[in-house]
Amino acid sequence: MSDLGALERFLRTDPRDVGCEEAMAVLHVYVDLVAAGEDAAGRYPGVAVHLQACGPCGEDFAGLLAAVADG
Amino acid sequence: MECARGRAEALDEESAAWLRRLAAGGAEQQAAESDLHARLVRIALAEVRRRSASTPVTGPELDDVAHQAAADAMLAVLAKLAQFRGESRFTTWAYRFVILEVSSKLGRHYWRHPRADLDEGQWEQLPGRLGLDPERHAEAAGILAEVRRVVEDELTSHQRLVFTAVVVDGIPLDALAARLGLGRNAIYKVIFDARRKIRRALVAKGYLEEPGWEQ
Repeated sequence: MSDLGALERFLRTDPRDVGCEEAMAVLHVYVDLVAAGEDAAGRYPGVAVHLQACGPCGEDFAGLLAAVADG
Repeated sequence: MECARGRAEALDEESAAWLRRLAAGGAEQQAAESDLHARLVRIALAEVRRRSASTPVTGPELDDVAHQAAADAMLAVLAKLAQFRGESRFTTWAYRFVILEVSSKLGRHYWRHPRADLDEGQWEQLPGRLGLDPERHAEAAGILAEVRRVVEDELTSHQRLVFTAVVVDGIPLDALAARLGLGRNAIYKVIFDARRKIRRALVAKGYLEEPGWEQ
């Protein structure tokens, strides 16, 4: 079987995924933990999984992290 | 639910100062609101520029989106000030509103210059979107045929519309949510379920082996 990595990643669904609403509800808390170098993914594993899997929520995470870094 | 911390967290000095100034009344409160608005505008402008490659919105319209997002975020922050529980720094909490406003507004503005419309069904684009190269993947044709079969035979008409728009035609998820009047989560859930169905079918046909985390 050849390398189907991109397809594998797209189709992989993790039962820990909390979904958009829950991830966005704690995004500010999660981002502050990341910005402080703390283990945000360990504390919120389902949020971490979601931010990896959901493009729009991942964008919001990246945007908020950039905003916080910028002050 | 992975809950955040409870109420009444001890506030850091900067957050406490923001709350005090925003409730001070008079000139001090006006100055604080002006400072906060200026920050929200700056962040909104930076955010729309950061996303400019992934949206058909450009130029002055992009700046308008940023200013509208900052204005709406400002109203939301002031309306919800009493709900701030100190789970994060105040500014992070406030900036979250403007980032989410930018997402939502770019989704709505997508339809002024759509790169694809609903129901276009550009299936020829799917190999690229799924990272399948017929030159490298001998099974690509079989996989693509099975994906299409699942979409056409096993999804409801609503699920099919959502999957085709987002995955096949590359319409941004927030744009589709705005068009259908649904929340982002509702669209994500449809795609999530479709991914599971497609994976199951591809495993059954022997194209994939891993369980893929599915429960």
